[in-house]
Amino acid sequence: MDLTFSAEETAFRDELRAWLAANPAGTAPHGDEDAHYGWRRDWQRRLADGGWAAVHWPREHGGRGATLTQSAIFYEELAAAGAPLPANVLGLLLAGPTIMTWGTPEQQERHLVPILTAEEIWCQGFSEPDAGSDLAALKTRAVKDGDEWVITGQKVWTSMAQYAKWCMLVARTDADAPKKHQGLTYFLMDMEQDGVEIVPLKQITGESEFNELFLDGARVPDANVLGGVGNGWKVALTTLMNERSGLAFFLQVRMRQLLDQLIGEAGERGLLDDPVVADKLGELHLRCEVLRLTAYRGLTAIETYGQPGPEGSLTKWMWSDTNQQLTQLAADILGPEALTNGAPWAFELLRARGNSIEGGTTEVLKNIVAERVLGLPRLR
Amino acid sequence: MHFDLTDDQKEIKRVARELLAARSSWARVREAAEGGAYDPALWEELRSLGWPGIAVAEEHGGQGLGAVELAVLLEELGYACAATPFLSTAAAAAAIQACGSDAQRARWLPALASGEATAGIGTRALCADGVGAAVLVLLERPSGEAMLVTGAEASPLEAIDPTRRYATISGGDAEPLGSGGAGAVAAGDRIRAAIAAEVVGVAQRALEMTLAYVKERRQFGVPVGSFQAVQNRCAQMLLETESARSTAYFAAWAADAAPERLPEAAALAAAAAADGGRSVTASAIQAHGGIGFTWEADVHWLYKRAQLDAALLGGARQHRARLASLAAARS
Repeated sequence: MDLTFSAEETAFRDELRAWLAANPAGTAPHGDEDAHYGWRRDWQRRLADGGWAAVHWPREHGGRGATLTQSAIFYEELAAAGAPLPANVLGLLLAGPTIMTWGTPEQQERHLVPILTAEEIWCQGFSEPDAGSDLAALKTRAVKDGDEWVITGQKVWTSMAQYAKWCMLVARTDADAPKKHQGLTYFLMDMEQDGVEIVPLKQITGESEFNELFLDGARVPDANVLGGVGNGWKVALTTLMNERSGLAFFLQVRMRQLLDQLIGEAGERGLLDDPVVADKLGELHLRCEVLRLTAYRGLTAIETYGQPGPEGSLTKWMWSDTNQQLTQLAADILGPEALTNGAPWAFELLRARGNSIEGGTTEVLKNIVAERVLGLPRLR
Repeated sequence: MHFDLTDDQKEIKRVARELLAARSSWARVREAAEGGAYDPALWEELRSLGWPGIAVAEEHGGQGLGAVELAVLLEELGYACAATPFLSTAAAAAAIQACGSDAQRARWLPALASGEATAGIGTRALCADGVGAAVLVLLERPSGEAMLVTGAEASPLEAIDPTRRYATISGGDAEPLGSGGAGAVAAGDRIRAAIAAEVVGVAQRALEMTLAYVKERRQFGVPVGSFQAVQNRCAQMLLETESARSTAYFAAWAADAAPERLPEAAALAAAAAADGGRSVTASAIQAHGGIGFTWEADVHWLYKRAQLDAALLGGARQHRARLASLAAARS
């Protein structure tokens, strides 16, 4: 057991810290989502120029071949520096690695560099109105027409669709397959075409991170099938398995910063001596540290055994729960100030409600833990 | 960064698990609990293996290993809910080794490391294994300093946990561990880290017994473990057990490798273990249904041990308060 960082890991962190100090991301533009996204896109270009956009990618594709621990360090430092996630985060974390695993040499050649430089933004077309947690229930159809596929259906919760050039799209190509996760195909779909309609979804925060995607006769050439016709479930799993690894450390540091800020605000109001407030802040500190430590245990498990241990399924659940508690405590401590439109804490309070839904609801995560980690029988 | 046991530590764990499965079955724990006395054969066996001195230097007759190895053994003894004075003796020895003066080490470590003498730990109001102990390591409130107490009067306390002997303490000669101050406070942190490691084992056992039970027990024609309400409870038990594990091993590691981080690490471990142990073992009783409420089922030993361990840890609340002030000082 060694909870210190190796010389290589420390050197990686030092080099990154120096680069971030010399290349600050600057202040986020407020109030304009497009401007904010443009800022993140510019940030990714600078990261790419410095060789930092995709540290976990292999060197031959423009990454640094970073270990999981180095990748965790990257996200920790990015958050610690107050920098945003790169604009093309879905491309970097999901599309890129999936294309590296399943893509033909031509597909890799075509797509990886524009992902890295944020020249082409990616979105994820998985969820549908009737296929959320139950992804295999998706209904969007793809029908062969010559050397093209014609897509019809609806996708939802599509982040960044308004900026995206490409979509990771899973559609049903064989309606007669005996099981619902068979007969699916994974497509790389060009978003810039007739037949793709993007409708923003307004969230409870008032923002529109997500969209609905209406697909009516959208066309995808054969060359843009990823991983073979009928193999979509396996390819989609590659995408989903990538989803929760690196970001956890960014989010964990962000939550830590939010807690430190709240402690500061409580101190300014003379509330640190209030035993009830201190008890709750102490509990949040404990939860933040449990999350950090458990995430590191998860990294060690993956590096040692090639797969996460039982703790690996818990971190997303811990994070969403803790962030919701934290933002609710802010409302208790700050009162109406935290409940005023435009106040950062009001945004955090509302945004946190999404944490236990996005990327897998807590209820379904608990089911997964019960069935796959604890081996309990399923009743469905 | 490698947050896992080494191969040697895993081997210690495996050996301990096997030995205790054979020597400290529920039948033996029950016999000791109902008889109101420890299992002398088990203690002799642990002594012959040198376990009480695992974290004591070789020059004092110990094994010369560290707090992580001690935590591994304690986790397994907690898992077995073993009825022995091991926790008190080994944790006191580890604290004296790390924080005591040369004279205190020379005076107490050889006898504690060999298990020839036993120690008590806790406070005057609640001391584990105080009766018959050669020496007590007691925490003074509110300073948190650990004191070495000898010649005290230990009165048996009939605590709800009959798998361990408890006492209240009066009188005696007390001297600070080491030169007192921060070093003596650190001794308390080491003892709490040790108790937290035991709680990890207690919680792990409660979780495993519960999983086995809910897979087997059938109602409405199906295993009760297929009900989502039961499954969610089990998932919560895993979360709390793993939270206690992450913090307990962080504290054990800090005790050996990063003493400057021990105050925070021990507070994290104590807070997670005190609440987590009680919650997981309470869930175990609930998930066992009516059977879980009977004296015949063994889950109640774990619940009772978790309650007393939480009390020995001083309760989660004071540790959360400490964490809040540590975090406030930093932010």
